[in-house]
Amino acid sequence: MNETGAGSGAWAIEVEGLGKSFGNHRALTGICLKVGRGEHVTVFGPNGAGKTTLIKVLSTLMKPSAGTVRLDGSDINKAPTEVRRKIGLVAHQTFLYDDLTVYENLKFYGKMYDVPNLEEQIHDVVRWVRLEARLHDRVGTLSRGMQQRISIARAVIHNPSIVLLDEPEVGLDPHAIVMVREVLDSLSAGERTVVMTTHNLEQGIEMSDRVVILDKGRIVYQEHKDRIDIATFRETYDRYTESTK
Amino acid sequence: MSRMFASVFAIFWKDVLSEIRTKEIVTAVLVFALLVLVIFNFAFDAASGTTARIAPGILWVAFTFAGILGLNRVFAVEKENSSLAGLRLCPVDRMVIFWGKLAGSFTFMLVIAAVITPIFLVLFNLPLFLPRLALIIVLATLGFTSVGTLFSALAMNIRARDIMLPILFLPLVVPVIIGAVETTTCVLAGGPWSDMLTWLEIMIAFDIIYLVVATLMFEFVIEE
Repeated sequence: MNETGAGSGAWAIEVEGLGKSFGNHRALTGICLKVGRGEHVTVFGPNGAGKTTLIKVLSTLMKPSAGTVRLDGSDINKAPTEVRRKIGLVAHQTFLYDDLTVYENLKFYGKMYDVPNLEEQIHDVVRWVRLEARLHDRVGTLSRGMQQRISIARAVIHNPSIVLLDEPEVGLDPHAIVMVREVLDSLSAGERTVVMTTHNLEQGIEMSDRVVILDKGRIVYQEHKDRIDIATFRETYDRYTESTK
Repeated sequence: MSRMFASVFAIFWKDVLSEIRTKEIVTAVLVFALLVLVIFNFAFDAASGTTARIAPGILWVAFTFAGILGLNRVFAVEKENSSLAGLRLCPVDRMVIFWGKLAGSFTFMLVIAAVITPIFLVLFNLPLFLPRLALIIVLATLGFTSVGTLFSALAMNIRARDIMLPILFLPLVVPVIIGAVETTTCVLAGGPWSDMLTWLEIMIAFDIIYLVVATLMFEFVIEE
């Protein structure tokens, strides 16, 4: 391990004994999670289970109260800037500026990430989310679904090795969900490690290699997709999150 | 270092583009400042001998209160769509975000000063060519926006931010405002440099203190 906290490991994400408290409220307790490179993990859980807090800690937006978190070998406490280079975050908020065009938004974030060949990269990601025709339109004039696709383009403009998705389909209509899902499917097709939180059990399982259920800030269940019976997973989910209801 | 400046400029230019499109800050602040100047112009007879004594106070009252309106909006743009989180995700030091936002608010305030100052000088029958006043405006604006940018970020998540910002902010910038009033009085009275040197030094000292402290504090202000 070097002085920035970077170590070499087989895991893209290593979480050990992670805890996060807000005053007396414990949002996360004793979270241990290891995600392999290129693996896609979906985190399920009822409202208030700690899914968003987990994503915020993994993305360095929030500091953990306890435990260690490493992304691609870099400790989020010791080398947060290094970690930020390796991650892209898509949340239900887009992090985009409504008064700027799609191009201006992507150029701004590209410059902040010091992306080489930025012009080419902007055109590549916009083509990937199939919004080339709206490149010079203001973000505020786009539909919510289109904005979310641009948000995904923003999150991968610097080609991160880890992508974190926090309920990316919240607030989208069914048509927009289909469009966003197509983009997300291609997102996880490559070498990228993806951690996604969602309430949509079917889609979550379909897109993942492994599923995790979080309840009251603790991991109460995790299983590889191959060992899950999708037809009965709803009952499993209900059983593990019973105490919250 | 060049990468840091590139990031600062990217934030600054993003804010400039946004302001050019919406004109939210400059228009509102400009109209408010002009209204204050016009009201004071009616309240006090510009032809009377008291003008040189009261005019500096009027200019800086207009500038300060109008500026607070603008500072309230500096981080409002980052609240929409949670863009501040997007900025915080960028692999740059928090200091870069502060300096980028500061560069934007400093420029907007200078643009406003460049418009209201000649109007103020005309309204109060004062000479138009006052290069020393330009220096005072730059120094006062730097101190004003350094603290203002920090407090704008701090007030962003406060429910009554429109009320809280002036209450938190004004006591801190009082030394710079007093310095600006004193030096402006000297300039309008045609006094020598030596008469205003002490106040200029005080303003420079406070500018440096504000810049350093605000830069160091910013990280704690924007963390969740």
